[in-house]
Amino acid sequence: MTTASSAEPTRRDFLYIATGAVGAIGAASVLVPLIAQMNPDASTIAAGAPIDVDLAPIAEGQAIKVFWRGKPIYINHRTKKEIDEARNVDLATLPDPQPDSARVKEGHANFQVLIGICTHLGCIPLAHQGDFDGYFCPCHGSQYDTSGRIRRGPAPANLPLPPYEFVSDTKIRIG
Amino acid sequence: MSGHATYQPQSGFMKWMERRLPIAGLVYSSFVAYPTPRNLNYWWTFGGILSVMLVIQIITGITLAMHYTPHVDLAFKSVESIMRDVNYGWLLRYVHANGASMFFAAAYIHMFRGMYYGSYKDPREVLWILGVILLLLMIATGFMGYVLPWGQMSFWAATVITNLFSAIPVVGESVVSWLWGGYSVGNPTLQRFYSLHYLLPFVIAGVVVLHVWALHVVGQNNPTGIDPKTDKDTVPFTPYATIKDSFFLALFFIVFSFFIFYMPNFMGHADNYIPANPAVTPSHIVPEWYYLPFYAILRAIPNKLLGVGALGASIVILAFLPWLDTSRVRSARYRPYFKQLFWVFVAVCIGLGWLGGKPAEGGYVIASRLLTAYYFAHFLIILPLLGIFEKTKPLPNSISESVLPPTTAGTR
Repeated sequence: MTTASSAEPTRRDFLYIATGAVGAIGAASVLVPLIAQMNPDASTIAAGAPIDVDLAPIAEGQAIKVFWRGKPIYINHRTKKEIDEARNVDLATLPDPQPDSARVKEGHANFQVLIGICTHLGCIPLAHQGDFDGYFCPCHGSQYDTSGRIRRGPAPANLPLPPYEFVSDTKIRIG
Repeated sequence: MSGHATYQPQSGFMKWMERRLPIAGLVYSSFVAYPTPRNLNYWWTFGGILSVMLVIQIITGITLAMHYTPHVDLAFKSVESIMRDVNYGWLLRYVHANGASMFFAAAYIHMFRGMYYGSYKDPREVLWILGVILLLLMIATGFMGYVLPWGQMSFWAATVITNLFSAIPVVGESVVSWLWGGYSVGNPTLQRFYSLHYLLPFVIAGVVVLHVWALHVVGQNNPTGIDPKTDKDTVPFTPYATIKDSFFLALFFIVFSFFIFYMPNFMGHADNYIPANPAVTPSHIVPEWYYLPFYAILRAIPNKLLGVGALGASIVILAFLPWLDTSRVRSARYRPYFKQLFWVFVAVCIGLGWLGGKPAEGGYVIASRLLTAYYFAHFLIILPLLGIFEKTKPLPNSISESVLPPTTAGTR
């Protein structure tokens, strides 16, 4: 069409462009269901509803693991030493600075709830291990402290916190 | 390179056929009369070996698929049932699993051969790039196949590799959730990996057709790196290349069979005989040996996005090799410095492979960084500069002159 020398567009030019446009839009629109079918389906989303966890059986110094949306959630009943270690850190030295108070619920600093998935490549860190008494990822050696903050290794960020709230002093709802 | 003989259909039926679908003539000109350089050595047999390995993987894969169940609750059991109950199931699975290793081994030798003899240079750039695409497809196929048995290594390999995409800024998390079909690696992930693991080998077969097509357009390179000039420089593909390929294939099969029958799990990991458990990561996650150099590069870099970027770049950079190597002499035979640096590069790749299997700590990380830096320097610094500064040895006048005694080569 670019080689046409006549200045006036012809009916054939119009048909070429119209057909091409309809074809392109058609091809693009069939991609939507083909791509969207791979996203989480309705049953997967429904199974991701909030869960309640009773904290009463967790002794001080004990960490438990529960599953929510297929992700392991660590609930660590921290000792006073662990809490102090988490608080007495110079924030400027952290790769991902965040005060401990921002990582626990107000008045519940003894319970640390976080998603136990290493922010590097998704392995499950081991609790109460590593140089910072927190979490150690066996895959690529990332080390987290007692607040779940990244301290050393390839992971770029602190262990993420799930959305949760205290429904009573001994019970939380995750999700 | 006018060729040695053209196809002349003999029977009435073949004459009738040739006027309608000249497939016999195509096969004859491509695999019988096709002129192949007379000086090819055994390193040139790996292309044929790779074709055979692809066919073996497809045949054993299709038969395994008749007994395998892609579901998180049944996959592990169905693989165990293949091993214990299915007639010759153990053989099919061991051929398929070890076949993947042998496939990669042959591919790496094939690539190193191309690098040594400069097979990627003008006019074979597209042929080489198609090969890099084949490597990427093989990596994807092999990874998804490794996930299917749904053992511990399967599950955690799937987790680690899909999480590589979370390094993408902004959309990373959505991309990963889309890949998983959920909030973590689970049943939807397994099922789509099964579907794609079945699909990709046929995509590979299609790209192999393009690879062979491109090869037959530009012709094979040879150990001298100079183009055939007369019919004296070439021999017909059949019987010369077919016999040579078949002989070396037989030797290759001896090694392959040794692994299948005597140490079938040598290249696997014991952890993959433990069913997948999302709550526990194995203490030491390592990929299959053929991914280890790339894995070492990933771990060498202490930043997630850059590590993933380096991993991708280490493969993609191969596609640019035809333009990064500035030397106009193809074969390392006539490039004294390149020849030595080529072997250094091979050693670096093997070193990275060794480091990829070691824990990511201490001296291993430092060594990984040094070798990763060298890996990229080979492509980005050494090859561009070497082509400018290296004094190459004189090239022979022809292929036949390089392999025949002077008296014979002089006469036509």
